[in-house]
Amino acid sequence: MNELASLVAATLSAGTPLAIAGLGLLINERAGILNLGAEGMMLIAAFAGFAVAFHSGSDWVGFAAGAGAGALVAACFGWLVIWLNTNQYATGLAVSLFGGGFSAFVGVDYVGKKLTERPHHSIPALRDLPFLGIALFRHHPLVYLTIAGALAIAWFLYRTRAGLVLRAIGEAPESAHALGYPVRRIRLLAVVAGGALCGLAGAYFSVVYAPLWVEGMIAGRGWIALALTVFATWRPARVLLGAYLFGGVTMLQLHLQGMGVDIANQLMSMLPYLATIVVLVLISRNPAWIRLNMPASLGKPFFPSL
Amino acid sequence: MIELEARTTPSVWMGVLSPVVALAITVVVAGLLFAALGKDPVRGLSVFLVEPFHGPRALTELGLKATPLILISLGLALCYRSNIWNIGAEGQYLIGAIAGGWLALSVTNAGLAMPRWAFFPLVVVAGAVGGAFWAGIVAFLRDRFHASEILVSLMLVYVANLLLSYLVFGPWKDPNGFNFPQTVNFSSATQLPRLIRGMRLHAGFLLALAAAAVMWAFMFRMYRGIQLQVGGPAPAAARYAGFSSRSALWTTLLLSGALAGVAGAFEVTGPMGQLTPYVASGYGFTAIIVAFVGRLHPLGCVLASVLLSMFLIGGELAQSRVGLPSALSGVFQGVLLFSLLACDTLILFRPRWRRST
Repeated sequence: MNELASLVAATLSAGTPLAIAGLGLLINERAGILNLGAEGMMLIAAFAGFAVAFHSGSDWVGFAAGAGAGALVAACFGWLVIWLNTNQYATGLAVSLFGGGFSAFVGVDYVGKKLTERPHHSIPALRDLPFLGIALFRHHPLVYLTIAGALAIAWFLYRTRAGLVLRAIGEAPESAHALGYPVRRIRLLAVVAGGALCGLAGAYFSVVYAPLWVEGMIAGRGWIALALTVFATWRPARVLLGAYLFGGVTMLQLHLQGMGVDIANQLMSMLPYLATIVVLVLISRNPAWIRLNMPASLGKPFFPSL
Repeated sequence: MIELEARTTPSVWMGVLSPVVALAITVVVAGLLFAALGKDPVRGLSVFLVEPFHGPRALTELGLKATPLILISLGLALCYRSNIWNIGAEGQYLIGAIAGGWLALSVTNAGLAMPRWAFFPLVVVAGAVGGAFWAGIVAFLRDRFHASEILVSLMLVYVANLLLSYLVFGPWKDPNGFNFPQTVNFSSATQLPRLIRGMRLHAGFLLALAAAAVMWAFMFRMYRGIQLQVGGPAPAAARYAGFSSRSALWTTLLLSGALAGVAGAFEVTGPMGQLTPYVASGYGFTAIIVAFVGRLHPLGCVLASVLLSMFLIGGELAQSRVGLPSALSGVFQGVLLFSLLACDTLILFRPRWRRST
């Protein structure tokens, strides 16, 4: 029973960075911008978060640094694709390639460094509940904040005027422009917000989840987060669900190994990537459904003709 | 304030000029970075810009590194022209390497004695089949299930990487290799023919140049090649003309996969001579930059491959000569691609001064 409880706990913990990044990308994509640079932003932020947490001794300052780094990189990306009208695919790829190289370069001296004693988090009254205590109530505060954040984003998108404008820009930028909304400025805001969340996800990964810094440590999670938005058909609650599903797949692999299932660990490590492909295939099978849910201007440039 | 104004026709000049300007920007950034890190910028830049061209040995090493880049970027250029976003060339390269490695390993283990020139075409076929198979998965899932080729091809990079480490840590590990994750050294029969005695440059380089010429003819002189590219800028026109987007998907992906696979097979039977985890060197990703810097044109791809292999060698030299991590070349590659994309804006737009109102 405890076995299962710790599996649930590990799933929530592993799914959290995916969920945060996925939610950030969801905001981007709802405004019509596809940022393939998620992996690069997360890598840079993972390094920034780790380095700052290492020197300041505070996880939260580390998170802030990660979010700030992600936002900064995203702002560069946004300026290129929104104002200079560069190709979104190519520019996003550039962010990912640059992020990989840059984080490896600046992070060389931090490989193998250890953060200070990791605090244990738990909710006092609930942590001793049988099963549930271990499974649900001994997590880092960010795990709960992520769930709250998903609900807040859902509320923002579907219940507020600003959310409506954001969605309108993603569906029909020309119409939003004709109505007088500053399409490009709002898109940039969405991109920066998305970058900050990707950055937070990266920092959570290197400061809380790992907790260490190694070159390329995000290992495709940025790309999986991108797949998550498709999987979730651009709905916040489904992003959350999908993230935990993927977290579960990652953890299942470790647990099977722990239980002595005799499959080489390299083959087991393929699971999350194969699962991403399988899920993508299942969800994309019906193109009409995707087309119905996908923000109509996703990936298409918008250049106002004054 | 500077405003951008759409040009009536794309500027041909900017198309050619933009990579040059981007390179200039990268060099300036690199110089500033060296200075900021307390290194002599002239010394640092010469490591990147001069030393890779210094002497015959350096030049052959440049060609050696450019070989996989040329092969992979040619395929990617065709893909991107057709609006197929294959970004997992690294995976196709790795599977090609595994296929080539399997072939070389079989020949080695069987103790076959065959002339090197006879083995050469076999390696090409093995690599091409391996790479095309891996890209074929992407094409199949996109064609049959509409799964995004961007995400699928990239996920398959991680799978290919893990498959390689499974093989070299497990069934293919050299039993007498002190437990290092590597296969036995391949027999000399499987070595690619060298072009110059004493240098590592191999016959694959010539094949890469030939591939560039063939790709040029295919893209610009053959009906089929032109047909493929219409679907990129004008999918509606392509459909109206009756050009199948499905066949464009399959053709471009299989071709680019095969080219990347050949590059991988050359790498293991050429400079490496065995399979190790170090086969995964990032050529597949660097080739994406090559394709863009080379303007998705075969000749451009060859030139850009030389340029980027200069960056790669410069990165290695930076480590030993200037004491900076070799990841530096990754930073420069990123800066180059960023500046290129920014400069490319000027192909379609004209900057205009406008008094702010």
